[in-house]
Amino acid sequence: MRNLLIFISKYNAFFLFIIFEVSALVIYIKYNSFQKATFINSTNQVTGGLYARADQLKSYISLREVNDSLARENARLRNQLKTSFYIDSAAHHKVVDTIYKQQYEYIDAAVINNSTNHRNNYLTINKGSRAGIVKGMGVICAQGVVGKVVFVGEHLSVVQSLLHKETIISAALAGTKDLGSFIWGDNLDPHVGLLYNVSNNATPKLGELVVTSDLSLFPAGIPIGKISNLHSKSAKGAFLNMDVNIAVDFSKLQYVYVVNNKLAQEQRGLEAQQKKDE
Amino acid sequence: MSRTIIINLLRFIVLVFIQVFLLKNITLYNLSTPYLYILFILLLPFEIPNLLLFVLAFILGLAIDAFYDTPGLHTTACVLLAFVRILFISITVQKEGFDNEPEPTLSIMGFRWFFTYALVLTLFHHFFLFNMEVFRFSEIQYTLGRVVLSSLFTVFLILVSGLLFYKSKERK
Repeated sequence: MRNLLIFISKYNAFFLFIIFEVSALVIYIKYNSFQKATFINSTNQVTGGLYARADQLKSYISLREVNDSLARENARLRNQLKTSFYIDSAAHHKVVDTIYKQQYEYIDAAVINNSTNHRNNYLTINKGSRAGIVKGMGVICAQGVVGKVVFVGEHLSVVQSLLHKETIISAALAGTKDLGSFIWGDNLDPHVGLLYNVSNNATPKLGELVVTSDLSLFPAGIPIGKISNLHSKSAKGAFLNMDVNIAVDFSKLQYVYVVNNKLAQEQRGLEAQQKKDE
Repeated sequence: MSRTIIINLLRFIVLVFIQVFLLKNITLYNLSTPYLYILFILLLPFEIPNLLLFVLAFILGLAIDAFYDTPGLHTTACVLLAFVRILFISITVQKEGFDNEPEPTLSIMGFRWFFTYALVLTLFHHFFLFNMEVFRFSEIQYTLGRVVLSSLFTVFLILVSGLLFYKSKERK
């Protein structure tokens, strides 16, 4: 017994190392496999508050760019207004149309923390459960797809960016509607992703737009990027592979929209029931 | 004694702030990201008890993780770094010399020793950190490239900060 104690105290550095390393690994693995709600992230008050401060300063510096992009978006939306169309038939009458019901709702939010240079990137946005955000909602911006909400606090949420090892999005070619899967490439370039599993019959063209498909959690037709190379070097799967230039510039992201799909709950309920029945 | 505590506390806060608000936004060619915050563990005094060293490394890792949204990742790397530091110092420094060499800084230990010390510890830390983050053997080549380039960047920053706070009168 005494010898054992002497042995332990002689090599105490090693035993302390084992204890601390194991506890750190437990934190790491637990968080990674279940995306569990831990208090160690940027939605808690101290870190979230500091990030919000730093973001105020940053957003002031880039006001001009944000103004420009908002003005462009305004102009685009104004073009779609009824008042900007010329009516060339003499008589017109109003019809209350009950065919259209709103399926998607958009919640605007500002990005207060962002990274693009890691293997797994996350954003923090300044809206949380108070604004109606729920885990699993899609996030887009004026240019295209941004990511998916993975953790919701009361006032802030964490978004798993498109630039993440585990983000896979169901995508389609804009012209022919051929389906495929979109992931971020493994060379950590924040501007290039990979579209794979596209059927061999498809005829993609250079520069063709890649958009979200009907199967994704986003509204169909949100742009992801443009095809930049038809034969990707980092091929995956047995079907067609192509490099995609990502539409969103993640390093300049300032404002995003969280997509609330009103039919998502119904869909999830049905699919869960189907699993139970099988 | 209390002076050492205050200096290290200040160093902790300043390094975490520099890391989180400045260096987090810096990447060279998507390959090289500096992690200067490990300088805090490198510069702790020689005579620090092992238990305290591990506790401080753990807290530093958690603080960085909280800002990086990666619970546990930097903590595991920092604890490993503390262990390597203990081994490295026990191999290269004689116990008798502790009275007049309180801290392993560049001005006290000389360029050669400090450079090897910083390089070895940084390589260990970065190798472990990047591989834990990627967690895939299929990308090992690319990860190793990132480890080496990032280590060079970090060691460069450590040496620059060592020269910035160089006190020539302490040298014998």
